[in-house]
Amino acid sequence: MTVKEMAGALGWKLLAGEDGQDNEADGCYVGDLLSWVMGRAQAGNVWLTVMGNLNAIAVAALADTSCIVLCEDSALDADAKNRADMQGIPVYGCGPNLYDTAVQVHGLLK
Amino acid sequence: MSMLHLEYQVPGDDFTRAGEASGDVKHKLKKLGYEPDAIRRVAIAMYEGEINLVIHGGGGEAVVDVDPDRVDIALIDQGPGIPDVEQAMQAGWSTAPDNVRALGFGAGMGLPNMKKYTDGMTIDSTVGVGTTVKMTVIPGRKG
Repeated sequence: MTVKEMAGALGWKLLAGEDGQDNEADGCYVGDLLSWVMGRAQAGNVWLTVMGNLNAIAVAALADTSCIVLCEDSALDADAKNRADMQGIPVYGCGPNLYDTAVQVHGLLK
Repeated sequence: MSMLHLEYQVPGDDFTRAGEASGDVKHKLKKLGYEPDAIRRVAIAMYEGEINLVIHGGGGEAVVDVDPDRVDIALIDQGPGIPDVEQAMQAGWSTAPDNVRALGFGAGMGLPNMKKYTDGMTIDSTVGVGTTVKMTVIPGRKG
């Protein structure tokens, strides 16, 4: 399943990085501490977080997560949006919290 | 002499620019056809190193030597140095200030991640003089 398909199914709003929407969603990781995420998330993971800063985009780019999902309508910084657009890192926003979103992702990936 | 020699200046206290060097190395390794796992390990280890230069080193230099069978990365700063390297290597140990933690860093995972993702790492640090971290990634190992 692509991240675009997942976003469509779960009602996520695309905030940046349109070019990367065909990335394959392979598993899921939840976390806000960037080094922790970078050390543990697997390539292809859908990354659920509330960190919408420039460094989060760098982590996603370097760790090859398939997308970032900013839960609970957490904000995407303007410079982070620009970087995500430039690098084709899809960033979505959604209302539900990290747990509920993870449950929804699990429902689609199982 | 390595196949490809790269040098980057990493400015201190500028989190917006951390990741430029590791991003560039990742891009170049992709073009050279390196296996994705090795590229990912280099990128993560080097980004952690860059962040350390920004947070602790007051900026510094990243030097990367690429060969077909290995990538060597050196991160060099003239910062305060690490008084107790063994302690610094412990997961969760951090001296990062609160403003850094608010950005999502400072979890004490930087050096452990660098060790985890590389096939060799040495830390040479002198208090008041600076720190040099050398790492090697060998494609096909770990993963």
